Amino acid sequence: MSNLSDLLEKLGLARKGGVDNAGWGRTLVVAIVSFIYFLPVLMIIFTAFKPQDAALSVPPTLSPTSLFGLIPDQYVFTPTLENFGSVFSRVMTAGGQPEPTGFDRFFFNSIVISSVSVLLALVIGTLASYGFSRYPLKGNDTYLFIILTTRMLPAIVVIIPVILMFRVVGLSGSYLGIIMLYTAFNLAFTIWMMKSFFDELSTDVEDAARIDGSSETKVFFKICLPQVVAGLAATFVFGLILTWNEFLFALLLTGVDTRTVPVAMNQAVSSGGRGTDWTLLASIETLFLIPVFLVTFFLQGHLLRGVTFGTVKR
Amino acid sequence: MTVRTSPTPISFFAPSADNWKLAIFVGVIATLLATLALPAAAAFWVVGVAAALIAAAFVVNAYRRRYYGGLLVAPAIAVLFVMNIFPLLWSLGLSFFAYQSNQQSIRFVGLQNYVKVLTNDLAAEANWYALINTAMFVVFTVSAQMIVGFLLAMLFAKQFPLRRYLLILVLTPMMLSVVASGVFFTYYYDPTFGILSYVMNNLTGQQFILMDNKVGAVAGIVFADAWMWSPFVMLLVLAGLVSVPKYLYEAAAIDRVSAWRQFWTITFPYIRGLLMLALLFRTIEAFKLADLVILLTKGGNDTMTISYHLIRIANEQNKTSEGAAISYVMLFMVIVLTNLYLYLANRRSQGT
Repeated sequence: MSNLSDLLEKLGLARKGGVDNAGWGRTLVVAIVSFIYFLPVLMIIFTAFKPQDAALSVPPTLSPTSLFGLIPDQYVFTPTLENFGSVFSRVMTAGGQPEPTGFDRFFFNSIVISSVSVLLALVIGTLASYGFSRYPLKGNDTYLFIILTTRMLPAIVVIIPVILMFRVVGLSGSYLGIIMLYTAFNLAFTIWMMKSFFDELSTDVEDAARIDGSSETKVFFKICLPQVVAGLAATFVFGLILTWNEFLFALLLTGVDTRTVPVAMNQAVSSGGRGTDWTLLASIETLFLIPVFLVTFFLQGHLLRGVTFGTVKR
Repeated sequence: MTVRTSPTPISFFAPSADNWKLAIFVGVIATLLATLALPAAAAFWVVGVAAALIAAAFVVNAYRRRYYGGLLVAPAIAVLFVMNIFPLLWSLGLSFFAYQSNQQSIRFVGLQNYVKVLTNDLAAEANWYALINTAMFVVFTVSAQMIVGFLLAMLFAKQFPLRRYLLILVLTPMMLSVVASGVFFTYYYDPTFGILSYVMNNLTGQQFILMDNKVGAVAGIVFADAWMWSPFVMLLVLAGLVSVPKYLYEAAAIDRVSAWRQFWTITFPYIRGLLMLALLFRTIEAFKLADLVILLTKGGNDTMTISYHLIRIANEQNKTSEGAAISYVMLFMVIVLTNLYLYLANRRSQGT
């Protein structure tokens, strides 16, 4: 056993000391692993910069530069920005003029639908989780379990009646319908996550404020909410990632005007009968990745800290 | 300051804003009249207004009696009811009818749909195949995600230079749209242009086609899914790892506890809850696996999953009520599995 533990320690998988700085040695190891893990994404991003004919070349082209002669010429392609232009406007029929593809609209739809529904779920869910945490109802656990259950259900179980319901009411293909549906689906997760944050807070400060005559509203906004900012950020990021890329509901419930990027992307690359347009797909996805990547990057610190506060009792 | 500790009971016929009993009575009457007399679209809105009326009465009642819990929870319950619980009840009802979404006729058939999906030779066989495949995917993808996610979290558990920037690289696969990553995996796996076949052809000298047989197709799907969702497991485990108090390791170091033992006695208890949580979430998600199968194999090579099967039946073949029946059989299984899991998780945590 001692050999194994020595090995684990050398690999940095177990430690004798506390959480200390592991230094540049660890950086090197993690950088190699991360790079390999990131490779498929990198290939998508590179494909977005490839000229049309380089996308399906044999052997596959791998890099935009030869890295000072490290990579043989046959694997190198000349980067171009053309593909990004063709996301928004390209020749649709043979010999015709470039037409707008409507992707500006689809990006707008994606941004509006995901941000509104995630924020809405955050507001409603935070209120509810505060209620569940501070003013337990009769049968509190049952309500919570039912809410959790809606998250446990396969989406396909709910989708059939939702399609029927939307058709009857005329919500099919409207912003309101898809936003409400996404809100409901983010809600269970939001309530579950935020409740554990509120449960972690000490109620002493709140009680002191109440004795000093603060109203319930003031206690919530001035004392509780500032303490769970990290949790709000974490919940927002998780919800955003899931909603941003949601495909099935969007495919079945959005119309021409409210189509989101994942659906439009799927249609754009598989239409035309010429097989998949790889460079187009890659450039759409690269553009589509940027907003959620930036949000995650800037909220990353909160994300890690938030999850910690939310789920581990101390 | 007047605080009502024991509010007086309201008379049933008093037209007061917090008379929720009267509101329910009016709501039910309006619902009945509307469904009998009006076309479906109009009736739906009347029912909606009636439900809003009842909800408003409850809210005013809760406010006057200072039921803050009820007030805070009400909007969430309302949204969940309209978008989740109501459609669920609707589809439960539908599963007892013969109904196709492209036809007008609707006929009560009792349990026939259930009998069909469970015992009819052709239909039941397809269901069972899809179900067995789903179980296989759940086992493979979830265990792969747990292992990879756990190892990645171990790598990131310490503080080191550039950690922040390397972490976002590992998190990126989770942010990709499944459409793009799924389609790009068909590109990587492609026998002619794909990088995998290119490498394998050069190594073995033979034409290599991954998606040619069931083993390859399943491996391809499992690899893509595990790659996308291991970061999720990693993030949860990492949250546990960074929360272990430093002094525990210091005490263990003084007592010369081996690293292996340190892991099991100090680290593991802190991440067990999060590991179980990740396991639960990923199992539920894996049960729904459909998009990657659609993109990579279209169900060929015996990779049909129950979720994709359901999409085909309910959406492409328009057999709505049959799809609903399958949904409920599946839902029953998920609930049984979840309860089994919760039972085991509770027993585990009580045991230690």
